[in-house]
Amino acid sequence: MTELIRAELIRAEHIGKRFGPVTALRDINLYARKGEILGLIGDNGAGKSTLIKILTGFHRPDEGRLSWNGEPVQLRSVTHARSLGIETVFQDLAMVNDLPVYLNLHLNKELVHKPFPFLRRREMQRRAREALDAIGIDIPSVTALVGQLSGGQRQAIAVARSVTSNAKLLLLDEPLAAMGAKEGGLILRLLRQLKQRGDIAIILIAHNYSQVVDVCDRVNLLQHGEITFDKPCKETSVAELLDLVHAEYRMNHDPGYLTNRTRTAGESLSNGSLRNVPSLEK
Amino acid sequence: MQPASVTTGPPRSSLAPLLALVQIKELSILLVTVAAALYFTATSNGFNGSDNYHTIAQYVAPWAIVATGQVMLLICAEIDLSAGFVFTLAPFVLLLFYKNGAPLFLSLLGALLVSALIGTINGLIRTRLNLPSFITTLGMAFLLQGSALIISNGSPIPAPSAAESSLVVVFGGARWSEFIWALIIVGTMQVVLSATRFGIHTQATGGNPVGAAEAGILTNRVKVINFALTSTLAGFAGLLQGIRVGSFDPTNGGFNTMFFAVASAVIGGTALLGGSGTVVGALLGALLLGIVYDGFNLTGVNANAFNVVLGIAILVAMSLNVYLTVLRKRADSIRRPA
Repeated sequence: MTELIRAELIRAEHIGKRFGPVTALRDINLYARKGEILGLIGDNGAGKSTLIKILTGFHRPDEGRLSWNGEPVQLRSVTHARSLGIETVFQDLAMVNDLPVYLNLHLNKELVHKPFPFLRRREMQRRAREALDAIGIDIPSVTALVGQLSGGQRQAIAVARSVTSNAKLLLLDEPLAAMGAKEGGLILRLLRQLKQRGDIAIILIAHNYSQVVDVCDRVNLLQHGEITFDKPCKETSVAELLDLVHAEYRMNHDPGYLTNRTRTAGESLSNGSLRNVPSLEK
Repeated sequence: MQPASVTTGPPRSSLAPLLALVQIKELSILLVTVAAALYFTATSNGFNGSDNYHTIAQYVAPWAIVATGQVMLLICAEIDLSAGFVFTLAPFVLLLFYKNGAPLFLSLLGALLVSALIGTINGLIRTRLNLPSFITTLGMAFLLQGSALIISNGSPIPAPSAAESSLVVVFGGARWSEFIWALIIVGTMQVVLSATRFGIHTQATGGNPVGAAEAGILTNRVKVINFALTSTLAGFAGLLQGIRVGSFDPTNGGFNTMFFAVASAVIGGTALLGGSGTVVGALLGALLLGIVYDGFNLTGVNANAFNVVLGIAILVAMSLNVYLTVLRKRADSIRRPA
């Protein structure tokens, strides 16, 4: 696809976040444009989930600035971020097992018979069915409890919940991890459709680099709380991404590696990123 | 957006399976309750009769009202061990206002407000200081018990009588007043739990605390409100009981009432670890306990053996309930292959 200069939707500058003595994010600089899918990769514990939780208003950064549509913004809460159009599919899916599918799809966005506080169950069921049909993932019944569904079905519901809410920025934290090939393919196709609409920016965290190179426009590598690599996907490859992450692993675990290896992909790693930073993440 | 593929499911019945499931869930405890009633009908002469029904209602009403709050708290994975002592204290708070010249209605409101405040403090300690609710409310329980003893000087005080105010009739004085209040409260709170956003947020808070927070639900606020609610209901139950009996007694309520309420909730199908439960189930749980309690009295179970038999009855009833739940889940997964 031709590379258009698209409007920047969100930008993070010098974002830092600590949890007590642990530094999760050091100095994050990142941006995402409308109609673009940004892949965010990095080893476990690099800070990906913390970064997502800052962009979605769940955590507040200790340092740095966020801007939204070019204007500085402070995200006060998840609800505030949502009101701007920031929607997230979290790694843990934010699903409530004891609630049915349609209530999970409307979690904290429940429809009520105003001015009365009573739920509009029928309407929520109808909209849930429409949303799931639009994605094309088969859930037998929108009134089934989420706890009775498979991992892939739960993931599909989580994605459906985010994309059906007029999102402007969609954050997906490993949306394909629990999915089978067929369901994963459907989600990837859905992401491409959303991208073609041109008005949504998508940030996708994934471990499967071939999927990242396949579906994303640009890829960022997050290491020890910093973005150490930013390239269009056309200019990189699965091999390069693997080498970047692998090189870091080798440097941390194999003392002889730096002196023996030919310096190729690892050159883009700054010295700062080699520090061993513990993280709260799993 | 073009659908990636279209799936047409089978025609969906307008009756939500969830609703059916909830009804079946309560059906099993209802069956056990009916079985207990039939057993005592067969084994004792005085079981069936308006007077005995009234006696059972007197057991059931306070447990059901306190259990209503406990259900809400248990669903958000909390518990209030101090509720029984709010039950004890509230009548004496009413007297503090009443003896100082406030009209009975305002004194009643004042006592309920103080009850709500106690619950709010429980909730704030739980959420702000991050103390487990078990510890928080255990401490509060002893604090309240002591306060009730201090205020009352350790002895019962006569309650306001119907001669002083006609309100007494409404709030516990009339023969079935306490039980009718229990039914009203259970009905209202069941609607709040299953048909309002607050109810759904309560279930989400207990079912997946992190997920609920990520969805933007203010889980701490939900918890504090439910603590306040539980305490208010417990205080109200204490007022009703004191007015019905005609005497405010500092040995009323306490851990006994609290545990019967929690037992009612759990027997009625509320999960101790949070996420699910129904208020109507708790009413049925209280009804079962009331029938068993009353039936044992009628059949003349030895006073010393009473709690042994009651304990066994609770264990059997709950095992049966758990077993039926497992059966139901199995039947459900056969009916709806994933």
